[in-house]
Amino acid sequence: MFLGCAIPYRVSSYELSARKIAAKLGIELVEMPDYNCCGLPLDPASHDVMLTLAARNLCQAEKLGLNVITLCPGCAGTLRKVNKLLKEDKHERERVNGFLKEAGLEYKGTIEVKHLMQVLAEDVGLERIKEAVKKPLSNLSVAEHMGCHIVRPQKHIGFDDPENPEILKSLIEATGARCLDYMDEAECCGAPVAGINDRIPLALTRDKLSHMKAVNAQAVITVCPFCHMMFDTNQMRIERMFNETYGMPVLHYPQLLGLAMGFTPEELALKELRVDASKVVALV
Amino acid sequence: MTAEKEENKTTEAKPALKISEINLQFKNEVKKIPGGERMMLCFQCGTCTADCPIARFSETYRPRQLLRMAQLGLKDKVLSSDQLWLCAACYTCVDHCPQDVEISSVIRALKNIAVREGYMPSALKELGGAIMETGLAYKIPELRLKKRSEAGLPPLPKADVESIAKLINRTGFGKLLEKGGSS
Repeated sequence: MFLGCAIPYRVSSYELSARKIAAKLGIELVEMPDYNCCGLPLDPASHDVMLTLAARNLCQAEKLGLNVITLCPGCAGTLRKVNKLLKEDKHERERVNGFLKEAGLEYKGTIEVKHLMQVLAEDVGLERIKEAVKKPLSNLSVAEHMGCHIVRPQKHIGFDDPENPEILKSLIEATGARCLDYMDEAECCGAPVAGINDRIPLALTRDKLSHMKAVNAQAVITVCPFCHMMFDTNQMRIERMFNETYGMPVLHYPQLLGLAMGFTPEELALKELRVDASKVVALV
Repeated sequence: MTAEKEENKTTEAKPALKISEINLQFKNEVKKIPGGERMMLCFQCGTCTADCPIARFSETYRPRQLLRMAQLGLKDKVLSSDQLWLCAACYTCVDHCPQDVEISSVIRALKNIAVREGYMPSALKELGGAIMETGLAYKIPELRLKKRSEAGLPPLPKADVESIAKLINRTGFGKLLEKGGSS
C-alpha cells in the first residue's frame, strides 16, 4: 500500500474507508516501508527528479516482491507511467539506474502498479463486489468524478477510456446506486494549479458542481484526495465566492461502497467530510 | 476607412518580433528533455487550447501560444511568462493533439528549463523543500500522526531522508533548490 503525501496529510477518511472495504473484500494490504513522494509534484521543476523519486518507490516495492496499490490517481499515474517507461526503454532505465546507484538501488522492473479502483475492477471483479453489498443503495443517484491522472495520457496509462470513463460508473452501480451522466464529466477539477492561481480551480470545480446539480445528483463520488479537497473542502468557499448554494455531499468511493456493505457512517469516517453527508446516510 | 484604422491599431498593439529576441538554439534545448521531442511538429491547430479546461476559465492562458513562442525561439519571453505555470497537467491536450505532440509535456519541459534559469514559483520551492526534508510533499504535523493512531491506522513509515536527499542532489535539482527561485 503506497499512501503518498496528500492522504496522510489531509484526507484520512479516504484511507480509513479504503482499508475497511479492502479487508472485507479479502485484499491484504502490506504497508510500504520507507517510501517517498511519488515524484509528480516535482515534475514541473525537474523531470529527472520525478523519474528518480518514482523509481525509488518502485525499487522499494521490488524489494518486498509485491505489486503496488495506491489510493491517489496522481501517485498511480506517475508510478505506472515511470514503471512502463523504465521497463520498455533501456536507455532511460540505464540513465535512471545511474541516479539510483547513488543510494545503492537498482530498478529491475519486476512489479506492477494499480490504483484501488483498478484492483477493484480487475482483480476483485464486479461480481464479488455485488456479493459483498448487504444494503443496495437503490434510493441514491450520484455523479462520479474520476481524477485525470488515472486515465490520461491514455497511451502511457492504458486504463479505462478518458473520453467516456466507465469503470468508476460500473463500480458505483455495483453498490445499487444510480450513476448519472452530466456535462463535461471527464473534465479536470483544476486542483494542480491551486498553488499558482486560486480563482481558476474554484471556477472549474464550481462549473462541474453546477452540472452535477443540473442532473439532480445527490452526491459526488471521488477516488482522488485532491479532487475530494476541491469538491468537499472548498465547496463552502465556492458557494460564498459565487453566491450559490450546493450542499452537495462528496464521498470517497470506499465510503459509498462501505455504506452498501453495511458499515456504519462512524466506521467510514463520514463525519470528517466538510459537507454534511447525513442526507446520503438517510437514503441508505 | 474604418477597417484600415482597425488594422493600424492591431499593428500598433502587437509590434513585430525582433530578431534579436529570437534564440535559434532554443528548440534544441527543449527537444533534449523527454516529452519535448515533438515540439516542432505543432502546426498551431489550437485543439489543445480549445479543449483545455484551464483556458476556458482564464483570460490569458493559451497553450498554443506558449508552443508557438517556444517554436520561434522566444526563450526569455516564454520562460519568464507566468502563463507557463497554469498548466494543470490534466493531459487532455496530450490525448487530443492530432500531431501527437505531448503539449503538456512540452510545457513541462519549458518549466524545467525555466527552473534551471531561476524562475521557480514559491509553491514549487516549498514542495521541493518538504520532500528534501521529510521525503513527502507536505510536512505532516504531529497532531495528524497522533490522530492516525487514535483512529487505528498503522503508523506512517519513516522515510530514509538521507538517501532521498542524495538522489535529489544527484539529479542536480538540490542545487537549484538551494539557489531558490523567483516569485
